[in-house]
Amino acid sequence: MAIKGPAGWFQALGASALGFFERLGRGHLLLFSILGRLPALVPRFGLVVQQIYSVGVLSLLIILVSGLFVGMVLGLQGYYTLVDFGAEQSLGTVVALTLVRELGPVVAALLFAGRAGSALTAEIGLMKATEQLSGMEMMAVDPIKRTLAPRFLAGFLSLPLLAAIFSAIGIMGGYIVGVQLLGVDEGAYWSQMQNSVNFWDDIINGVIKSLAFGFVASWIAVFEGYDAVPTSEGVSRATTRTVVHTSLAVLGLDFILTALMFGEP
Amino acid sequence: MSPDIEPLVSIRDLHFARGRKTIFDGVDIDIRRGQVTAIMGPSGTGKTTLLRLIGGQLRPDKGSVRVDGLEVPKLRTRELYRLRQRMGMLFQSGALLTDLNVFDNVAFPLREHTDLPESMIRDLVLMKLEAVGLRGARGLTTAELSGGMARRVALARAIALDPMMILYDEPFTGQDPISMGVLVKLIRELNDALGLTSVIVSHDVQETSAIADDIYLLSDGKVVAHGSPGELEHYDSEWARQFLKALPDGPVPFHYPAPDFAEDLLAGSEGGRAWQ
Repeated sequence: MAIKGPAGWFQALGASALGFFERLGRGHLLLFSILGRLPALVPRFGLVVQQIYSVGVLSLLIILVSGLFVGMVLGLQGYYTLVDFGAEQSLGTVVALTLVRELGPVVAALLFAGRAGSALTAEIGLMKATEQLSGMEMMAVDPIKRTLAPRFLAGFLSLPLLAAIFSAIGIMGGYIVGVQLLGVDEGAYWSQMQNSVNFWDDIINGVIKSLAFGFVASWIAVFEGYDAVPTSEGVSRATTRTVVHTSLAVLGLDFILTALMFGEP
Repeated sequence: MSPDIEPLVSIRDLHFARGRKTIFDGVDIDIRRGQVTAIMGPSGTGKTTLLRLIGGQLRPDKGSVRVDGLEVPKLRTRELYRLRQRMGMLFQSGALLTDLNVFDNVAFPLREHTDLPESMIRDLVLMKLEAVGLRGARGLTTAELSGGMARRVALARAIALDPMMILYDEPFTGQDPISMGVLVKLIRELNDALGLTSVIVSHDVQETSAIADDIYLLSDGKVVAHGSPGELEHYDSEWARQFLKALPDGPVPFHYPAPDFAEDLLAGSEGGRAWQ
């Protein structure tokens, strides 16, 4: 029974809060059952490799192109800012640190959500809507083990690699603009970068970030698909939610991780 | 086969509700071994739900569902999965895996549940496909199949592990007359040739009556009629007569409950919700 007036608003508020926590609970239960089934994938790693192909390899093009352009823009903007202070020799440092610490993991995760996360959600949601998951259950095949776990693991493993490729190609983009077009000294570009980028503090922290993003992005994508209302409208809503929630989660998590990693000791 | 032998599926005092809607309200059903049993009833009477209760995908609120001596709602996941390997289920949509072709779909349960060498899997798959007449279609993708072919592939997959029982969910819905005839023939022949027990959930009275040994009519959560097709024709129930003869009006009214028509028209522009 819907109540009218202010009491009704409270009722709606309460209902949506309950709904939120219920989903959060279902999401965690699914995550635990996926994690519990990961060891079973070891003898059947072929299933994961297949998914790494569709989640990771097929995302390569968008990662390469975006990485190149982001690096080129960084080269341009960095150069125009630094040249006022006569510090354009530090362009390599600026480009590399920005990419490795922040833009590589974050932008790769956002692109991953749009390219691979949405596809995962739509695929799993449609498998649910067309009774494929139910059919597997009736064939005594656990759909979480056979379908969800390999996709989750593939996403988790792919994103750090994609982020690394994004950063590497971005540094090349910065090089093309800064060195080839704007005339920054080539030796300075690379040596300044080598001197100021620390393997543990910068690169490994960036990898940790992208591992965290890969975990969250794959979790959200797989859960939204599995939890989708099994109709065309439900699947389309779930796909949208995957992109929106992953983007928000990645950006929020990025702030927390940055504060923890790069704060003053 | 004598009816004294313990039935393969025996459902007693089954109660099941979805939210506030009661689906089953004390249903007793016996499915005898070796027979084709049909469960019929109008859309929304929970026929598919019944199959899911038999397959253990849903749990009843009350009552017992025994399959081959096992109490399905009480089984652990592992035992339930072992039982399901002995059941095949044919979904209304076929539920074929869309990322696999016809051959791999039929091979799927064999690859998941057995360690057979690939050459033997190939032989088995070809035998199952031959049984449904689609050996030549093994290389097709699921998108290239017509609805009737998809159901036949799903049927080949359902018999891949040589189950003791097959559950058919609306096998005839949306089929053209030819594929309908093919499915009717296949269901009966496979049942007899492989010594299966078949359960058909359907509202296609003609086709189902033609092959069923035993029919249960469900309505409003209860069994309203039960018997062989011949017995049901003379069944003394208005409702059963309306359903079996497909009469538009009868105990099941043509109109959804509504206020008086004249009053409704005069109620003005308050929209469709005025009387709710």
